Amino acid sequence: MNLWSDPRWGDALAHLPDYLGNHVRVSLAALALGLLVSLPLAILARHRPRLSGALLGFASIVQTVPGLALLALFYPLLLAIAAVSAQWLGFGFSAFGFLPAMLALALYSMLPVLRNTLTGLQGIDPAILEAAKAVGMTPRQSLRMVELPLALPVIMAGIRTAAVWVIGTATLSTPIGQTSLGNYIFAGLQTQNWVLVLFGCAAAALLAIVVDQVLALIETGARRRSRLRVAMGAIGIVLLIAAALMPSLSRARSGYVIGAKTFTEQYILAALLTQRLQAAGLPAKTRAGLGSSVIFNALESGDIDAYVDYSGTLWANQLHRTDIKPRDELVADLKARLSRQHVTLLGQLGFENAYALVMPRARAKALGIRSIADLVAHAGEMSVAGDYEIFSRPEWAALTQAYGLRFRAQRQMQPDFMYAAVAAGEVDVIAGYTSDGLIAKYDLVVLDDPRHAIPPYDAVVLLSPEREHDAALRSALAPLLGKIDIATMREANLRASGSQSASDVAKWLWEKIATKNAAR
Amino acid sequence: MSVSSPLISFEHVRKHFDGGGGAPPVLAVNDASLAIASGEFLAIVGASGSGKTTLLRLANGLIAPDSGRITVDGADIANLDPIALRRSIGTVFQSGGLFPHMSVADNIGITPRLLGWPSARIAARVDDLMALVRLDPASYRDRLPNQLSGGQRQRVSVARALAAHPRIVLMDEPFGALDPLTRDALGENYRDLHRELGLTTLMITHDMAEAVLLADRIAVMREGRIIAQGTPAELARIDDADVDALLQTPRRQAERLQTLLPRASAS
Repeated sequence: MNLWSDPRWGDALAHLPDYLGNHVRVSLAALALGLLVSLPLAILARHRPRLSGALLGFASIVQTVPGLALLALFYPLLLAIAAVSAQWLGFGFSAFGFLPAMLALALYSMLPVLRNTLTGLQGIDPAILEAAKAVGMTPRQSLRMVELPLALPVIMAGIRTAAVWVIGTATLSTPIGQTSLGNYIFAGLQTQNWVLVLFGCAAAALLAIVVDQVLALIETGARRRSRLRVAMGAIGIVLLIAAALMPSLSRARSGYVIGAKTFTEQYILAALLTQRLQAAGLPAKTRAGLGSSVIFNALESGDIDAYVDYSGTLWANQLHRTDIKPRDELVADLKARLSRQHVTLLGQLGFENAYALVMPRARAKALGIRSIADLVAHAGEMSVAGDYEIFSRPEWAALTQAYGLRFRAQRQMQPDFMYAAVAAGEVDVIAGYTSDGLIAKYDLVVLDDPRHAIPPYDAVVLLSPEREHDAALRSALAPLLGKIDIATMREANLRASGSQSASDVAKWLWEKIATKNAAR
Repeated sequence: MSVSSPLISFEHVRKHFDGGGGAPPVLAVNDASLAIASGEFLAIVGASGSGKTTLLRLANGLIAPDSGRITVDGADIANLDPIALRRSIGTVFQSGGLFPHMSVADNIGITPRLLGWPSARIAARVDDLMALVRLDPASYRDRLPNQLSGGQRQRVSVARALAAHPRIVLMDEPFGALDPLTRDALGENYRDLHRELGLTTLMITHDMAEAVLLADRIAVMREGRIIAQGTPAELARIDDADVDALLQTPRRQAERLQTLLPRASAS
């Protein structure tokens, strides 16, 4: 297929106003906040070596925290603050999306601004400062008329660095619920849609270059005392802000928000739910790429209205249970317990996406391995790969304990890569998902679990407390319950890891369900 | 000239600085007393580190003395608003001290601007001053300091010091970095301005020849103390090895010039 005639470009382009607008909004807000804090701090600290040392030290430490971790840390922090504020001050706020992203990015922007402002101000010839005093300037006049203008080129260089950093790092704010150009990258990475990844990277890079050049215009204008350049740069910034605010102004009530975690199946199911709501005449959109621990909290606080989770995951992560129950019993128990938190478990979709140990069929046959119990004898020489969370989840501990399983090595990787990795012999066993279409594609086999150490993972639809009694929502989603079997879901997942977009696969999935409904 | 009521006076002034990095403190000015009469041109001569720049910075309140008193027009400057004091005194720095991001006109007009003069009055004053220091306003007004020669920069610096009609001008090695020809012309030019405008000038220099040629009176500093003061003729009669050594250089130069250029001296 010709790369340029690929239909996925059009799909990517359709999301651009939303993703770009949000990206620019959160980046500019973060940069503005960062400047508002850093500039006065740097000015205050310029004659205080201890304070400036402490500030630079703090900003340097912040810089060493990986961007993704910094963003992720702000979510629980704000969640706690919001809870305290709701309790003591009587109002809460959303700890999801814009606010944590903006705060983390603002913190990230501080180092270059602080460092360059301090360097610029401290680097001024002392003779000039003495002259400023001698001609009768007050300290404030000296700062405004002499020190800041002379330090401006260095300060602007710092602001430009900060802007490029913030715009780049903002792509990582997708997992904490802030829509950004990172949505392309995360979605593309999950569904192996490299066109999307490329599109996201190119858009973010282009935006960074444009903002950098606009700021450069102001910088050279200020240096050469050219009002025209400064004015042109200022117009550029105003246009950028206007472009960023336009979609949010024209958009009224945003309607229902369907959440999705960061893997292919979730993208498809979120698209399916969104399409069903839209078909029922309800305005709906998808908030994709949310972290697995973020998404339940987001539902509980009403930042999203519905999403699909898995019974075993909720059992272990939300209810902190380690015991294992039969499939239906677990769902019933879960439903009762979640309803106490006013979270509605609407029902099962029909298939299970359980963790399972998976290895190549041929290899399993040769070694005579059919179940996990058979694997134990060989595990000492084998390496295992899993997604980013499995090895730290309670289920893994329960599983390895139940069988006395111990592998030679553990590796974490992007879920969609591990099937190819085990097929190629890169690793010996993977902790895969039973609903994954790649199991059939690579001729892999799912090992039996005779001791029932792995809990059931029924796909279930959850509704937020706010939507507990929403009849329209319930009736729009009801046709999906119990209608998706494991074979259908596997095929859907396989299609989505090919060249089809998640929304196209969701449409295909609905046709399957509709014909099945009609046949009965 | 009345010695009883000087325009500027230093009375038993002491000033020390903390030695950096655990070094012992440095006594920069040690019990200095000096009176400058209204209209007088006084030069302070001394080797580098003798405390002469410190004495100048004390005069416009950039630093405060440890003990002793500095008065301007009879008032202790410790009791004056330092900002207002500095706006009423003109200062010329070594190598100009011009603001590199401001045009010549903006540099010259800075103190009037700080005093809130209307811009038309500032513009007229800048043109007058540029003519006074012999810079063509039309071709130099909008230039930046780095587009000027050293001598032109120093002319701008003098114009800036005079902008707000000060009675007192402080000069810190104003002509030290210039070539001899420019230095001579500029010195003469300033000497005329000093007389015409009725200024009181306190100039620092390490060059005794310059001091002798320009100043009415000379004070000699060594290790923070004023060891001698008087007119050149009075200094010549003082029996001090250092003062003598300082006067030797211009004397030798004069004698050599006499022999090398006999006709120039005859006219």
